[in-house]
Formats: sequence, structure tokens, C-alpha cells
Amino acid sequence: MLTQILIEVIQLLIVGLGAPLLVGLVRRVKARLQGRRGAGLLQPYADLHKLLAQEAVVSETTSWICRFTPYLLAATMLLSALLVPLLTTQTPLGFLGNIIVLMYLFLLGTFFLTLAGLDAGSAFGGMGSSREMAVAALAEPTVMIAIFAIALRAGNTGLDEIIRRGAADSLLLLTPGHLLAFMAFFIVALAETGRLPVDNPATHLELTMIHEAMVLEYSGRYLMLIEWAAGMKLLIFLALLSNLFFPWGVALAITPFALAVAFVALAMKIGALAVGIAVLETAVAKLRLFRLPALLSGSFALALLAVISFLFVK
Amino acid sequence: MPDLNGVARQLRATALKLTDLRVYPPREVRLNIERDEIPPFAEYVHDRFCATPELIVAEDTRAERGTFTLRYLFELEGVDLFIVASVAVPENDRRFPSLATRWYLASRFEREMHDLFGLLPTGHPDLRRLPLHQFWPAAYHPLLKDAPSPPAFADDGTPFPFHRVEGEGIHEITVGPVHAGIIEPGHFRFSVEGETIVNLESRLYFVHKGIERLFETVPLIRGVELAERISGDSSVAHALAFCQALESLTGLQIPPRAAYLRVALLELERLYNHIADVGAICTDTGFAVANAHAMRIREDILRLNARLAGHRLLRGTLIAGGVRCDFTAEQIADARETVRRAVSDFDDVVGIALNNGLVLDRLHGTGRLSNQTARELQVVGPAARASGIDRDARRDHPFAAYADLPPHVPVYSEGDVWARLMVRVEEAREAAHLIMRALGEIPEGKVSAPLPALPAGASGFGLVEGWRGPIWHWLVAGEQNRLARAKIKDPSFANWPALHYAILKNIVPDFPLVNKSFNLSYAGNDL
Repeated sequence: MLTQILIEVIQLLIVGLGAPLLVGLVRRVKARLQGRRGAGLLQPYADLHKLLAQEAVVSETTSWICRFTPYLLAATMLLSALLVPLLTTQTPLGFLGNIIVLMYLFLLGTFFLTLAGLDAGSAFGGMGSSREMAVAALAEPTVMIAIFAIALRAGNTGLDEIIRRGAADSLLLLTPGHLLAFMAFFIVALAETGRLPVDNPATHLELTMIHEAMVLEYSGRYLMLIEWAAGMKLLIFLALLSNLFFPWGVALAITPFALAVAFVALAMKIGALAVGIAVLETAVAKLRLFRLPALLSGSFALALLAVISFLFVK
Repeated sequence: MPDLNGVARQLRATALKLTDLRVYPPREVRLNIERDEIPPFAEYVHDRFCATPELIVAEDTRAERGTFTLRYLFELEGVDLFIVASVAVPENDRRFPSLATRWYLASRFEREMHDLFGLLPTGHPDLRRLPLHQFWPAAYHPLLKDAPSPPAFADDGTPFPFHRVEGEGIHEITVGPVHAGIIEPGHFRFSVEGETIVNLESRLYFVHKGIERLFETVPLIRGVELAERISGDSSVAHALAFCQALESLTGLQIPPRAAYLRVALLELERLYNHIADVGAICTDTGFAVANAHAMRIREDILRLNARLAGHRLLRGTLIAGGVRCDFTAEQIADARETVRRAVSDFDDVVGIALNNGLVLDRLHGTGRLSNQTARELQVVGPAARASGIDRDARRDHPFAAYADLPPHVPVYSEGDVWARLMVRVEEAREAAHLIMRALGEIPEGKVSAPLPALPAGASGFGLVEGWRGPIWHWLVAGEQNRLARAKIKDPSFANWPALHYAILKNIVPDFPLVNKSFNLSYAGNDL
């Protein structure tokens, strides 16, 4: 019992404390790739700390949704942290939900964030919300199909089970369906976490924003919660990509040594993916908004091919 | 090709009531016309000489002549000639016929006069306020010589009467005047259908600071300082236009070495601004790596500026009669080497950006300004050259040493963001080339000539092709070596309306990119 609680606490700490570091890492690598020195890896912690200390200004015209949403976002991400197998396939609370529950937890946050964007009644929030919903509507089918592709292989939608089956299959990475599903899921992860080429997290141009436009009205501790939750979302997505598709190092049994190995492996996998995102964001430009359907339907096609290949290529 | 005397002869032969027609070699014909003759005269010179009214100035000359004076400066296309038509408007009947329905640019000059002088253009379809915001007292016209010191007033919240687009699914997005980035203030009102822009109106003049009136109050010696501050990124171009206007007004010839140094200074300004613009356009497509390097190269040139002239933006380098700084042989070698390296790096950055399909996809076809619209709005500068208008004051009306160093003028016909980017890329390379030539072929000698006292009542103009386009300064000398009137036209004044047309049928998230491809000055427009 104590071990199980300990594992869940460790998971919370990894997600909660690791998220700003991950954001700092992506920014730092991007800066280096652009030939800039960039801020230190720990800068996001300082930013969050600064926001926490600042006064939160809330528009008088907003309803409870505006104040509720930041807490909900942080809460859904922390809850997800309890469900996702980060270090071991025996996540104590894993029985509470499978990958589908996880995806819809994310969507719950998105739903409230779009409501919050509309809440203050500013032009930018409305724009951001309408764009976010368009992107979500396009990304959602891909998420489901990509999940089915993985679940079909494992014969189960449980995250632990998917990883356990993956770890047992040494030829996993050579399966075409596996790679197709990875690519589809990677594109969706970029869209869901507001990265280039879908959304530009570094822009100051209100008119081009998606995620940032929805949170323009926020300040102080509310903004801190939203930024923190966005970082956690990125970390959880990268952890899922790491462990579902490259299940190396994940502890199959709970021993201190196996957990330590799992931690190092997870850090390396997420670090590699973060560098990959930074390289990608340096190499691409932001897509024109009306080209996003092409990108996301492309990822849908990849996911569909992944499902088909699991049915035919055994 | 008409020459100066040929133009004068043809004008004399017309049935229009022209008086006092005089030829001012090498390039001006001046005349007076009756105010009712303005529209037929403008139509005549347009049909006969392809001349367009590029600058319209009002002067409060009631003390000297008992009337207001309007000046219409026509620029002839393809030759280095100008026609300056002066019109008297009596004090007790301040009406004059409007050119607004024929030339859009004229309609904006007339709105300015309406606000600042209380002159009334008859037949003007849109006399909403332009430089003065709604809360200014109705009867207060700040450029009148007898205007009292401004009454105390504050923004009472009176809204500007924007055009309203109505229809199912149309909604308005208001942006500014305060923006998220560190840029100047301006209010934009989009009417959109979904994400597609069906109308854009902008309300500027939040930084209207009465700089034209300031020129009348400061001692002449400080005029250059003031001109440098009209639009900070065009310090050299504005100061040069001011100096040229004074030199034209007094008939002063500058020494050849000064002319070459002026070319070098103006092209340095063009170079660092164009490089920054190329980077900024890339960053608005989300391709930040190009911007990071463009900013580094710009910084190299700014530091070179500081080494050459003691100021990063090259302020304090120009003076009426020449230049205030001279370059040593070591400085020239340093400049040539730095510029050579900067352009070589710039070529690498451009190569990387323009080999990226995603960047190109954002640039091509975005914010298209057709040649016809550009001509009708009298768009100028790189934006005009990207829409197929082959005009450049450096080549068409050579000043400084440009007669000896004629620039290559790039012209594109696409009119989209890509074309405006390409014009800038080519002009940056050409600027470097011109710096090399100017510094390589620079003659020895003095760098300035003393400016004689200003003959009261004399007037003259300076025309400079800055990096943003042609800058006009019209100066009138007053008593005691002061200026009686300074009228400034920054290219932004002509180009802001073009943005409203270029953005139509584009989507809202592409607006920052289109806006950046024009990169217009708020300060230069608002004056």
C-alpha cells in the first residue's frame, strides 16, 4: 500500500515539477538552434513563481467559468498524472481509467478553456475559442483512430496492458502500423499542445493566436495555473508517446532498481522528443490557418492506415 | 520626353487661366491658378504629362497676402520634372474644389487641411476627421498662425464614425490602439465573415504631435534634429529631405564629397531596415530562426553606424549644406568590410528562408495589392515596386550623388507578401552595392558649404527615396531665418490605405504578416 502511494506521489512530482523543466528545455534548445543564447533551463520556474506573486486581474464581465477553468485545467492534468504509466506498468490507480478516459480528460480541459475564452467577451478570446474548437474537432477523430490502432495490437485499451504487450514484442518497432500510429499521434500531440506548425507558442501577434488568444485575459495565479497545466499537458503527451510507442525501460515489476532505470529511461525519451520538437519548430513555419485541415486529415489518414495494417499485417 | 521649357510652353498654350508661370531650372515649373481651375488643371497635366499630385500643402499666408495659399506638387512620370501650382483661397470664403473623387491621396491631404486649417474642400465625399481625433474642439485649427494656445480638453469618448458592414454572420474585431508587441499605437477595425476579412478600417493619429508646427517655432539650426525624429527608423532620409529642401530654397550646391557621403549614409539606413524587415516577415510566418539571424546582422550594421558616425541610427550626421561627419580611410575600409560580411550572411539567411516550402506557402498570394489599386491609391516605395510600379526617386529624380551612382530598381508584378519581401531582399543587396561604390569612388574635398540666410517667402522642397519610399519636405522661409511652414509627407501617409485593400479576402491570422510586409510608420503618418 505504501509503495503504491509512493509511486503515485512520484508520478505527481514528475509531472508537476518536470513540466516547467520540459518547457525550459524546448525553449533552450530552440534558442540554441536559432543561434541565440536563450534563457536558462530553470526560467519557467521563475516565471511561474513571478506569476503566482502577481495580482490576478479578472474582468468584471466574466462569470464563474473564468475563475474555475484554471483550477480545472490543473486538476485534470494532475489527475491524468495519476493514471498515466510513467515508470511502471503497475500504476496503482491505472484501473480508474484507460487511454480513452485520458483523452477525454484533456478534452474536458479544452472545453472549459474555450468557454473561458468566450467568457470575457473580448474579440481575441472568441477568435481563439473558435479556432481551438475547429482544431479539436479535426484532431479528435485522429486521436480515436490512433488509439484503436494501438489498442487493437494490445487487445486492450488499458494503458498498462498496452505497454506490457509492447515490451514483450521485440519486433514491435518494425511493424509498419506501429510507426504509422506513432506519426499520427505525434501530429495530434503537436496540435493538442499548441506547437508549431499548428499554433505558435512564442508569438505576440494576437490575431494569429489559438491557445494564447484564449488565455489573453488571464493574469497572476490564474495564468500561472494555465501555463503550468499547458506544460503538464505537453509532458504527459510526450510521456505517452515515449512509453506507448517505445516501451523500453518501463518497470514491469516494482523494485527500486527497476524504477530508477525507468526514471532515467523516461527522462531520456522525453528529452529526445523535446529536442525533436525544438528541431521541428525551428525547421517549419506556422501553417496558414486554412491549411490545418490538410495537416490533420493527413494525420487521420496515417492513423487509419495504422488500423488497417494491424488488421492485415499480422 | 518633355523638357522643362517644353512643359512651360505647352502650359502657356492652354486655355486654362494660368498666371505668373515661371521656370525654375533645373526641374520646376511654377504657376498660379484660380481655385476653380484646380480640377481641370489637374486633369490636364495628368493627361498631357502623366503627372499626379503627390503633395498638397496648405499655407496660412493671410498676414503676407491676405489669402491662404494651396500648393499642388505634380510629379511627372518618367522625367525629372515637377509642376508646382499655387492657388489662393480667400480668408472670408475658405472653400476650394476637391480632387477627392479623382485622386484618393488628394482626399487625404484635403481632410488634413480641413482639420488643421479649417479649409473646406467642396464636393469631398468623406470629411470625417483625419489627424485630429473626435474630442478636439470643432473650431480649433492648430496650424492657423493666429491659433490660440490649445484650450484645455480631454478625450470625452466620442466615437469615430466607422463604416459599418452589416449582414448575416458578419462580426467586428477591434484591435488596438494598444497592441501586444512593442509597436506604435493604431486602431484597426475588421469586419469579418468567419475568418475572412471583408472590410478593414484603421484609425491612426494617436501619436499626432504637431511636428509641422514645431518646425515653425524651433531655430533653423535645430530643424535637422527635429526632422531626424519624425520617424526614428528613417532618421537619415527625413533629415536629408529637410536639408535638400533648404538647399533648394537657397539655391545652395553641396560639395561632391558630401553628396557621396549622403549616399552612403542613406543606403546604410536602407540596408539595416530592409534586413530587419526580411527577418520580421519571416518571424510572422513562425520561422523565427531567420529573424534571429537577421537581427544579428542588423546589429552588426548598427554598431558600424556607431563607429562611423557616433550614433547607431546615424543621427547628427547631416546638415543643410552637406554632412557633419567625414570618414577616414580606416573607417571606409571598416565599413566596406562590415557591409560585405553582412550581405554575405544576409544572403545565407534569405537562402534558408526561401528554400522552406512552408514559409513560401505563407508568402505566396497573401495580401495581394493589384497594380491598378496601387496606381489609383498612388502607393509608393517598395510596396509600389512589388505591384509593378517602376518608380524610384533615386533614379527618377537623382539627388545627392545618385546621378553618378544610379541604382538598379527591382520591380515585381505579383503584389503579394512574397513580392514585397523580394523587393526588400534585392534592394538590401543593391544598397550594399551602392555603399561599396560610394565609398570606393568618393572624391576628396570639403564636406559642407555654409547655408546662406533664408530669403523670406521663398519656398522649396526636398524629395528623398528613403527605405520606406519617397519622403517629401516642403519648406517655406519666413522672417528672421525661420521657417513659416514645413509640410512633410512620409511614404506611410500614401501607403496606409493600400493595406485596407491588400488585406481584403484574406484571413484574420494573415493580417500581421501582410501588415509587416508593408511595415508602415505610425509616427511618420501621424506627424
